[in-house]
Amino acid sequence: MAKYGMVIDLKKCTGCYNCFLACRDEFAGNEYPGYSAAQPMSGQNWIRVLEKERGQYPKVKVAYTPVLCSHCEEATCISAAKDGAIYRRPDGIVIIDPVKAKGQKELVSSCPYRMIEWNEEQQVPQKCTLCAHLLDEGDKVPRCVEACPAGALVFGDLDDKTSEISRLMASTETEVIHPEYGLQESIKYLNLPREFIAGTVIYGDIDECAGNLTVTLRCEDGEKETKTNNFGDFEFEGLPDNKEYTVTIKAPNYKTQEFKVKTLIDVYLGRVVLGK
Amino acid sequence: MSERILTQCTVGGPVKVHVKDGVITRIRPIILDDTDAPSWTIEARGRKFMPPRKTTTQTWIVPERTRVYAENRIKYPYRRKSFDPNGDRHSEMRGKDQYIRISWDEALDIVSGEMKRIREKYGPAAITAFTSSHHNFGLLHYKMGPLGRFFNMLGYTALIDNPDSWEGWHWGSIHTWGRWWHLGFSDSYNMLQDALKNTEMVVFWSVDPNSTGFMYGGQDNLIWRTWLKELGIKFVFIDPYCNTTASVFADKWLAPRPGTDAALAEAIAYVWIKEGTYDKWFIENRTTGFDEFKRHILGEDDGIARTPEWAAEICDIPASDVKALAREWATKKTMLANGAIFGATGASRQAYGTEFARLCILLMSMQGRGKPGVNFWGGTSAGAPHDFSFYMPGYASVGWDAFGQIARKSYFPDGNKVTQRCYRQFLPEAILNPPITWLGEGCCGESVEQQFKRYTCPEPGPNGAPIKMIYRHGGSYISTMNATNRWVQMYQSPNLEFVVMQDCHWQSETKFGDILLPACHNFERSDICEWGAAGGYGMNDCPNNHRIIIYQHKCVEPLGESKADYDIYTLLAERMGLKEEYTEGNSIEDWNRKMFDYCDLHKFMSYKEFKEKGYYVVPSLSPDQEQPVSGRWYYEGRPCDTPDPLNPKMGTDKAHELSTPSGKIEFVCQTLNNFDPDDNERPPMPRYIPSWEGYNTAELIDKYPLQLLTPHPRFSYHTHHDNKSLWLNDIPQHRVKKDGYAWWPVRIHPDDAEKRGINEGDIVKVYNGRGAVLCCAHVTERIRPGTVHAYEAGSNYDPLEPGKPGSVDRGGCMNLLTPSRAVSKNAPGQAFNSCLVEITKWEV
Repeated sequence: MAKYGMVIDLKKCTGCYNCFLACRDEFAGNEYPGYSAAQPMSGQNWIRVLEKERGQYPKVKVAYTPVLCSHCEEATCISAAKDGAIYRRPDGIVIIDPVKAKGQKELVSSCPYRMIEWNEEQQVPQKCTLCAHLLDEGDKVPRCVEACPAGALVFGDLDDKTSEISRLMASTETEVIHPEYGLQESIKYLNLPREFIAGTVIYGDIDECAGNLTVTLRCEDGEKETKTNNFGDFEFEGLPDNKEYTVTIKAPNYKTQEFKVKTLIDVYLGRVVLGK
Repeated sequence: MSERILTQCTVGGPVKVHVKDGVITRIRPIILDDTDAPSWTIEARGRKFMPPRKTTTQTWIVPERTRVYAENRIKYPYRRKSFDPNGDRHSEMRGKDQYIRISWDEALDIVSGEMKRIREKYGPAAITAFTSSHHNFGLLHYKMGPLGRFFNMLGYTALIDNPDSWEGWHWGSIHTWGRWWHLGFSDSYNMLQDALKNTEMVVFWSVDPNSTGFMYGGQDNLIWRTWLKELGIKFVFIDPYCNTTASVFADKWLAPRPGTDAALAEAIAYVWIKEGTYDKWFIENRTTGFDEFKRHILGEDDGIARTPEWAAEICDIPASDVKALAREWATKKTMLANGAIFGATGASRQAYGTEFARLCILLMSMQGRGKPGVNFWGGTSAGAPHDFSFYMPGYASVGWDAFGQIARKSYFPDGNKVTQRCYRQFLPEAILNPPITWLGEGCCGESVEQQFKRYTCPEPGPNGAPIKMIYRHGGSYISTMNATNRWVQMYQSPNLEFVVMQDCHWQSETKFGDILLPACHNFERSDICEWGAAGGYGMNDCPNNHRIIIYQHKCVEPLGESKADYDIYTLLAERMGLKEEYTEGNSIEDWNRKMFDYCDLHKFMSYKEFKEKGYYVVPSLSPDQEQPVSGRWYYEGRPCDTPDPLNPKMGTDKAHELSTPSGKIEFVCQTLNNFDPDDNERPPMPRYIPSWEGYNTAELIDKYPLQLLTPHPRFSYHTHHDNKSLWLNDIPQHRVKKDGYAWWPVRIHPDDAEKRGINEGDIVKVYNGRGAVLCCAHVTERIRPGTVHAYEAGSNYDPLEPGKPGSVDRGGCMNLLTPSRAVSKNAPGQAFNSCLVEITKWEV
């Protein structure tokens, strides 16, 4: 018996929405008895792509985060369901029984990730099944993974210790969107977006980019350093939200510059012009 | 009934179509198995790179079944209500009339009757016919196959296409380095291997490969960029918009004002010349005219040195960034990724785009293009180690008669006895206000001289005729040509006696037709093709990881009374007395079989096996063998060793030369010097020329202070998927649902939005003297201040006052706004991105 899991590497996700569309193609208007009722032809999103624009012109990037049912070990929906309408299979897939769950609209709000949708026509709550009906027939991956051109969605058997998914899951860098829920999610992420502090350093007297300078970032927990590149750019990525920092930029023969920054959003300090 | 799984191909990748009870239920990619040829491996920098064993699809193909079953499929033949072929035609009602369902017999009788009448009264030149690019996929039945064969046989005024996605390259770079047989572009042989092994930086200049670098393929080459990033190769993006690729991959984003890229290029050359960081050996041995260029860059000719400070003022990017870019470029082995697969760039689709394109070649010449790791590389989107010796033609391999290569008689290029030509860009003027005149044959793939040939329409003399009939096949130009209120006016002109629309869906232009003929989707008829392969000018520009030949099964019956394009033309040919010549007795399946026998497939499998499996993977090149790289032969002074059958010097003692008059890269172009040395809009030596509609165009900028960029769309292939594959409307960067309507987004910087009191999600009017379009405002830091961005090809022309030229459109047809003026006086390309607009909040 396999034990399924998925790791989504957001560094590879380009926001193409193939996962979202492939999911809909599999389920919209298609019924899989025992697994899921037919999804309406539009309106449901069992996998969503969240788009987060980060930074300020001209230091901008976009983080895309595909979100789907996490198939939690401690799934709140299972305990909320009546008549065993939601259950976890031995392989870890959490299934809403399309017959037993009829009429249980309250289950929509039982998921703190809000990944259960209500099918008005069929009067049934619905969500991602990890394409269990395909896996049971021998398919290796769900449709979203099959459709991903970037290799950003890695799916597999956690019981196979040599698999890529096992390696990734074991990595300390994988995490979940809301660890505070404590749900033991089977879908994990790499490179979830946090905040950055960046800037561009210029020697004011000669109007040249200041490359190879040391920039220091300090907070109450300690400090770290980075170097400016050829464009005078520096960037501290992956900083926690809502934290106070001091950025110090030093160059020989120039006045040191210091900035107090709070990571309420991603921060681009703009052109930092060093004077003598 | 059990499920059937059948192979098909699309403009966004091959697919397996699942069919149950005659209905398409799902569409999935092809997963390669152990019986398929192994994939290639590239070893570079201690790693082994292998592509996934599957095909990928473009976003718009995943929901293809919603396109097949779209509500706006044309299922039956229709006649426009007030159109009476024997009485009043009411051309003024085109665009606002109702339609009446008629029988196929009636429709075909009217169409063939009108063709006969118009031919008799005015001559065959009075009929023109055309199609949009990248319509339903297939080799034989692609856009120009059935239509081209029919009309070349009949005789008609061919509507000359211009290279609308890569104007500057075509009208510019051909003069710098020849290559007219590829319309000015570089090829991409084994660039992936070269880049993975040798390149240190990629400059993506006016290109968004994650949107457009897949061409007619899937998203296969996306992982190449992921690999390059994993190897630490630096990515610099130059684009006024932080495009889809830049937004996830950029190490640096530089955002010059639209129309100023040539100034940036000149300033980069300035830094290299001043600091001596260019390849002097290459300049000395492989180019001509550098001294004059150097004098110009240093300002010794006109007193203006093209310094970084000079460019900073024009481009509105810091001089320090210009210097830093130039220096890093000169010290690192750098690829210039320029345009989608072969040069299609936004920066070349604007006023004087020729200058930018030519300067790109000169910059790469200054860095010794062709040495390891230093090259042109399209959108980093072609150049896997494919074996191109396996022969499979592309849809454009034999021009406008794809059947011609396997037919007893081909009708291209010599079939069409009508010598009159019309120019697509000026078709409205040719009908509303003839005659028109222009220079250049559109796509000048046969010689440089084609660019200098003058045409007039109607053609003077007894063989010319005013255009009286349009036969429109697939697609819509209202969303993809420019200043397209002209097209609304044109269709309503009484000069146009008859208009036929043949398409699968009610397109933006369909409502201007007198007779509508329902064509079926390519899933409803069979064909055979190699995915992503165009052939012709795009020969071997394979954007995919595997060469795959597909049998395109007829998966389901045509919807309603729709028919395959080939069958429609066969019925018309019958009425015109040409059926035998047109078909040579062949059904669609007969043609497929002939193509199978004609290409190399039959050497590897039987037709039955091919149809059963549905596809064939062409084995890739051996990994142990060093493969020839584009341009390396020229750098090293050897005869060209990459496939280039159309290169006139191949196989001669000059095969080591380029096809310019000097045989070298020309800083000062002899062909332009010979044609018009005083052309100050495309001078023999390229330079930055301020746009005729740009940031400093005095007479316009006060009224319309924002520069509008309209690149090819991210989530539709031209007009073919938007407004048909309805799930795409759930992608907020594609359309935004508000108040029960799916609006086209326009992207505006927060500063510009604030000045106008515009908030995220507001409905706004984007307008200028040419038109007005309602969009949904997306306020974003991804666009530079002073510039706004909305993709072209929004294909739901939805005027508030139907049939009224100039009506406000709420469907997102941005090309109502773009100018029809040519790139320059002697370069009749289109300049979509030279467009000034104003935006105001729209109170619904």
